Amino acid sequence: MGFVTVEHVSQKYGKRPILDNVSLEVAEGAFISIVGASGCGKSTFLRLLLDQERPTRGEIRVDGIPLQGEPNRSRGIVFQRYSTFPHMTVRDNLVAAEGLGANLLGILPRARRQSARARANAALERIGLAHVADQYPATLSGGMQQRLAIAQALAAKPRILLLDEPFGALDPGTRERMHDFLQDLRAETNMTVFMVTHDLSEAFKLGDRVLAFDKVRWDPQFPDAYGATITYDFDARDGGIPYQILKEDTYVLDPAGS
Amino acid sequence: MRWINKTPGRPFALFLTVLPFVLLMIIYAMGSDARRAANPADKLLPPPSQLVDTAARLVSEPDRRSGEILFWKDTASSLRRLAIGVGLAASLGLAFGLLIGLLPVAHAGLNSFVAVISMVPPLAILPILFIVFGLGELSKVALITIGITPFLIRDLSARTAELPSEQIIKAQTLGASSLAIALRVALPQILPRLIQAVRLSLGPAWLFLIAAEAIASEDGLGYRIFLVRRYLAMDVILTYVAWITLIAFVLDWCLARLSRRLFPWAEAA
Repeated sequence: MGFVTVEHVSQKYGKRPILDNVSLEVAEGAFISIVGASGCGKSTFLRLLLDQERPTRGEIRVDGIPLQGEPNRSRGIVFQRYSTFPHMTVRDNLVAAEGLGANLLGILPRARRQSARARANAALERIGLAHVADQYPATLSGGMQQRLAIAQALAAKPRILLLDEPFGALDPGTRERMHDFLQDLRAETNMTVFMVTHDLSEAFKLGDRVLAFDKVRWDPQFPDAYGATITYDFDARDGGIPYQILKEDTYVLDPAGS
Repeated sequence: MRWINKTPGRPFALFLTVLPFVLLMIIYAMGSDARRAANPADKLLPPPSQLVDTAARLVSEPDRRSGEILFWKDTASSLRRLAIGVGLAASLGLAFGLLIGLLPVAHAGLNSFVAVISMVPPLAILPILFIVFGLGELSKVALITIGITPFLIRDLSARTAELPSEQIIKAQTLGASSLAIALRVALPQILPRLIQAVRLSLGPAWLFLIAAEAIASEDGLGYRIFLVRRYLAMDVILTYVAWITLIAFVLDWCLARLSRRLFPWAEAA
């Protein structure tokens, strides 16, 4: 059985179906890239995994336990923007990753503050932000802000990391460096990662599996009639070659007859 | 070149800034001159020289009966009422603004109520305040607080609700409780907005203060203005009005400075 299990999940906003009968098994430590056209439910799927929303039907289990109804420390998130706290310095953003959950008030006890600051400094050194530790995130470039956001999410040591188009607003060079950064981090932890992206090459480069979301039924008179589901599930190790296995219930002709 | 693209140089901009003030003074002096040419005993527009004399007398000469300098006593009384009233309103506005902005339960329970209450004209309930709280300090402070609290609550709850949901969710994934999110994520980001909202509500606060003092008081800037009105002492009234204007302007300026000093990150964003 997989680490993350998604069973027959459907999501509707009002009468409008977004996701339709999505099922998925993911092993611990896998990197899952999620691609698809705009408005086909990729981000909705991520919100369901985060437990920011409840599915109208179906169930999601992590390590055999159903989601509890709200986000928690087991699943970290990095959004395209607004992921860091603008009123805290770069270092305090990392300290807050430990402090916010330390107690009811979200304030780290003095005894632990020193060690948390030391860990934050070490992390900043690693991600190359030590020289801006006392600045506010708004003064940083987009790539630096995303590095900080990822480091902040990782400082809480989540078992699952969710990335919602994390590099979408970055220029190609910065994006390349962020890929290396993310791959380094992955090599050190056994985190399960879900990444939504619009960039196919990025999806295949980073992911172990690439899931494509699309609508399998389409009503030209009423485009909103049907929701999307996973239409392809590529094995993307070694850049997806030669492991491209068509999912059994795909609606595309299966030339290999497998 | 379009007018929207024409920017004045620095000296010209400074000239334009000073111009309306100078114009106002010139018009006043001319008006005063004209009236005094027709009637040397005119009290309506005292000449600028008399205004300066009156101001000098007001700030330095003690009252013959009490021995106190009334000008400073009035200023102290009015500022105390203003500070208590606005301070109370700011605390209430901050607390309820955060509650309504963050908690769906509080939003459902209070948002419409505050929206309706904020439509009650505060001056219309001033008699009720006098009846309930008496004619002492409490009713004046209560009028200021009641007058500006609904605005502060509405503004701050809207600003709290406008915080990017990404931040609130991020805080949850870092394990923060509701209280921790309120104190460590929402509150620090709302404080600059609070200062902004207080700056905007200082105008109405002065209005309510002077109205309350005019009707029932024993001292205060508003009280004095309405007292000397009986003797048509325009020189005193104008001095007090100028003084109130100056205080209000300095308060506003200080709050703006304070906000920039305390919340440098708000400037960077």
